[in-house]
Amino acid sequence: MGNHSDGSPNHSGTVATAGQNEVEKFQDPGIPPHRLRLADTDPKAAKRAERQVAILFGSSVVGTVIFLVAYFAIDLGPDSTIATIRLQNALLGIGTAFAMLGIGTGIVHWAKALMPDHEVSEERHAIRTEEDRQAAVRIVDDIVEETGIKRRPLIRNTLLGAVALAPLPALAVFGDLGPRPDDKLAHTMWAPQEGKLKRLTRDPDGTPIKASDVTIGSAFHVIPEGLNELHEGKLNEKAKAVVLLMRLNPESLKPSAGREDWSYNGIVAYSKICTHVGCPVALYEQQTHHLLCPCHQSTFDLTQECKVIFGPASRPLPQLPIAVDAEGYLVATSDFKEPVGPSYWERDEHERNINS
Amino acid sequence: MKALSQKRRHPLAAIALLLMGLLLTGGLYAVATTVNEAKASTTSFSANDTEEGGKLFAANCATCHGMGASGTKDGPSLVGVGAAAVDFQVGTGRMPMQMNGPQAYKKPAQFNDEQTHQLSAYVASLGPGPSIPEEGLLDAQGNAAEGGELFRVNCAMCHNAAAAGGALTRGKFAPALADVSEKHIYEAMVTGPQNMPVFNDANVSPEGKRDIITFLKQIEANGSPGGADLGALGPVSEGLFVWIAGLGVIIAFTIWLTSRTS
Amino acid sequence: MSATSTANAPAFVAKTKGGRITDFVDQRVGGSGILREFGRKVFPDHWSFMFGEVALYSFVILLLSGTFLTFFFDPSMAETHYDGSYTPLKNVEMSVAYSSSLDISFDVRGGLFMRQVHHWAALLFVASVSVHMLRVFFTGAFRKPRELNWVVGGVLLILSMAAGFTGYSLPDDLLSGNGLRIIDGVIKSIPVIGTYISFFLFGGEFPGTVIISRLYMLHILLVPALILLMIVIHLFMVVVHKHTQYPGPGRNDGNVVGYPLGPVYAAKAGGFFFIVFGVIALMAAFFTINPIWNYGPYDPSPVSAGTQPDWYIGWVDGALRLMPGVIGDFHFEYVIFGQVLTLNVLLPALVPAGLVFTILFMYPWIERWITKDDREHHVLDRPRNAPTRTAIGMAGFTFYCVMWAAASSDLIATHFHVALNDVTYWLRALFFIGPVIAFIVTKRVALALQRKDREIALHGRETGRIVRLPHGEFIEVHAPLDDYKRYKLVGFESPVPLPAVPNEHGVVTRKEKRRAALSRWFFEDRVAPASPAELEAAHGHHGQHEAVESAEGQKTLSH
Repeated sequence: MGNHSDGSPNHSGTVATAGQNEVEKFQDPGIPPHRLRLADTDPKAAKRAERQVAILFGSSVVGTVIFLVAYFAIDLGPDSTIATIRLQNALLGIGTAFAMLGIGTGIVHWAKALMPDHEVSEERHAIRTEEDRQAAVRIVDDIVEETGIKRRPLIRNTLLGAVALAPLPALAVFGDLGPRPDDKLAHTMWAPQEGKLKRLTRDPDGTPIKASDVTIGSAFHVIPEGLNELHEGKLNEKAKAVVLLMRLNPESLKPSAGREDWSYNGIVAYSKICTHVGCPVALYEQQTHHLLCPCHQSTFDLTQECKVIFGPASRPLPQLPIAVDAEGYLVATSDFKEPVGPSYWERDEHERNINS
Repeated sequence: MKALSQKRRHPLAAIALLLMGLLLTGGLYAVATTVNEAKASTTSFSANDTEEGGKLFAANCATCHGMGASGTKDGPSLVGVGAAAVDFQVGTGRMPMQMNGPQAYKKPAQFNDEQTHQLSAYVASLGPGPSIPEEGLLDAQGNAAEGGELFRVNCAMCHNAAAAGGALTRGKFAPALADVSEKHIYEAMVTGPQNMPVFNDANVSPEGKRDIITFLKQIEANGSPGGADLGALGPVSEGLFVWIAGLGVIIAFTIWLTSRTS
Repeated sequence: MSATSTANAPAFVAKTKGGRITDFVDQRVGGSGILREFGRKVFPDHWSFMFGEVALYSFVILLLSGTFLTFFFDPSMAETHYDGSYTPLKNVEMSVAYSSSLDISFDVRGGLFMRQVHHWAALLFVASVSVHMLRVFFTGAFRKPRELNWVVGGVLLILSMAAGFTGYSLPDDLLSGNGLRIIDGVIKSIPVIGTYISFFLFGGEFPGTVIISRLYMLHILLVPALILLMIVIHLFMVVVHKHTQYPGPGRNDGNVVGYPLGPVYAAKAGGFFFIVFGVIALMAAFFTINPIWNYGPYDPSPVSAGTQPDWYIGWVDGALRLMPGVIGDFHFEYVIFGQVLTLNVLLPALVPAGLVFTILFMYPWIERWITKDDREHHVLDRPRNAPTRTAIGMAGFTFYCVMWAAASSDLIATHFHVALNDVTYWLRALFFIGPVIAFIVTKRVALALQRKDREIALHGRETGRIVRLPHGEFIEVHAPLDDYKRYKLVGFESPVPLPAVPNEHGVVTRKEKRRAALSRWFFEDRVAPASPAELEAAHGHHGQHEAVESAEGQKTLSH
């Protein structure tokens, strides 16, 4: 950019300095002369344009007819198939498109080809004139004077106070939008009920799973026993309780202290709800032992107790402690030892409460 | 001769050559597929099959999978993977692999049906494993709605709810399932090829697998009631479409609308 | 006074029946005055001025098709078993909302068409609002007196996204349910009150049983009412300001050049409504949008690969994807005084969107402060003639697009056969360097285009004709421009940097120094418009071959 300010106005392509704005400018030559269209000079062309416009309007009528025929003649009765719906949808669409485009293109063609196309210039007016401003100021002054609000500060202050407080009921009235969270997020259905451990059952049919069913490399999508029998809040419970059950070679699991008895013969169960923002982390790669969330690509390593190895999640997936009951079915020995799903402000507090 | 060499320089020569090449490969592929269809697969293996399969294995597979299919660092052991795994991997052309990579790609099958059958027989003889499914489970006459539920819970997270495929980590992916034969879908479920988990019969019952196949074949046959499905990829392809085609057509109209008529 | 004059004037008596009705109404509402004021109002004509209309018309189409849909849609989350005609979902347990959406698609004649019209129109609505705002930004149409209308436009953009998102969730299918799940996760990351907001929004734990009907109310009443209100304000201000116009011969800040409203402009604008409707109908006829039957009912356990929001939310989703949760050993989820600060969600959800919208809303005032320009501008800048602004705009656009692309990282990976992780790594890098590159490249391109304009203004257009002169030199003949075309290339302002000015106390404040530095940054690289003197000199300078062209020039001028 070295020569940008060399100030030589004759050197084409370079730049002049401050004085440039005062240097003479080109005169505005005004609106270019109007050029006549074919239809302006040739009556045949005008006639042709007129016919084209009429044809376009006519095609709109055809479109309307297509729509009505498609609506009434195509039956969506019991024998209809997807192809019937596809046909009707296409015909309704074509009909509408013709009906609308016919009118639209017809009008525009009419405007372009036959209506006068002289460009005109109109003056702009000041958005606010000084005269108006002064008049407005006088009016406002009069109004303020007549209310006497300046002379009576008591009125002003009490009014301001009242107006400031008045919206509070309007906010308070939304207090019943939802219940208090309390520690609802900290517990799931997996907690043993009356001493009975919950079985792991298949999603969606709810049949229990035997440890011997889970072969190496397989992945079971699991819901707690009794979930399907819930009448209320089934999805709420499911949203916290879904679990992914997998079996690895027991050697590749290296349980940390306190988790040694959370798995059974290489079978492990982890919460399926992503610790990022809660999508189901359901993509299990059986050779790499990675779990991938399809929403934001957080990747968890099963062999490292679902530690985050990629993506936006920050916390490992919670593990569900499991064992086998007398009949050989897999059961959860307790609830999760931490709240599942996305983090929230009170989460750490809840986790401490669970473990104390 | 001279005329030929002149034609070779013709600007269209390259395109013509390309077309010829494509036609040739396409034609061969078509022949190969019809050959495959002509022979119905049978699940019974004769001693001869096993022997022939052993020879084929030694010649084509043992480099990576080792003699006796015991596995090397380039390929896993195939003892106990069963006939279904071989039928899937070889039948869809994934094996033999073109090169080592994150994942084996589907490509035209390298072996004909008989050879695939022999290879399956050989591997099945090495140890018990999932066998090639019976015809009765592959008729796509099950309950599509139940299959759909199973599909959404067990498969859709990788293969997409409309079976259009999806990404896995580090270059791996779950393929789209359109045009995959009923038999191969079934075999993939029972054997868990590559990174796909195994869905054994205790997890998804044979009847459930039949329902899943029914669901897949039904949505494939139905097509989309709303017109072209834009790859069934969801909001991304819809967004691309509205920005490129939708706004494109609208802009074309605005330019026409504001241009002067001659 | 006016009373007497009406009394004295001979009473007007309409002759036809229609005339009498019109007169009746007119005497009561004063339509004549309105028509007199607006009937011949002049509007400039340019294709890029039409995007606002596209948005308005898409909104009208949304109201029309949406009204139809409300007659059949039931926003209840009660459980039911589907018994409609789509067999792959027969007898599946689902919510009434999803079931009624399926009925609209499969059992109501024209229902699928209306759904597709509605959804395509929604995508087009937000897209046209966005393109309209880009046009306004890059042409400088937000400058005085239109700053407030720019803000109203920004509010409309946010409202249109809100309208889209609340609508996207209504069918209660798996895709939109997982979208709500993500929203819930983002809300929960808000410090102190996040959990409460989540419980208040969903009426308890996610997903609860009320969210669809609450979103429905927002979608069909509150948000459209606000949009309508903003549109009214927006259009009112357009009338007050009159439309801007592109620079060109006969156009200046004191006038507006174009076609009168009646008949030409009204016909074109009115006809354009039908065209937009027709285009949307064509899309709805042949291209599936939001195939809810593929996704199945919402259930917290399943998820589909390729779970994305509609395009206008994509950039926020993309930001969520780009953010690493852990760098080295540092976890962005962070326990402070026993409470959890979820920075890995909070930062990407709030910071980029906050940045984009803050700069967007403040930009008119930022530029006004830097340039100290308090004049009204009714003539637009061609983007190349405001290189720094154009570069800033492109940097912002690139920033947006990187996040936007990140929302489809998985599809980029599968469709271009690259690794998902690599796509993310690249986009993370581009998130930071993309805008910088875009700024530099755009500014250089704009300056180069200005130089080209200058070249053409001074030396004429290249004709491609090579002429050999008597002494053997070859030259290409340049055809001079006529006055009108040349004025288009030279009729613009090219401000220079404004040095810092002392205030009334004679002190150059630090703020003023900063302003001056920004002004230098804004305007130091500039290409001044060609002046008549330069044109004169250019002709002299090139002597010989100018003779050839000026001979031709004479010819064109003589007739």
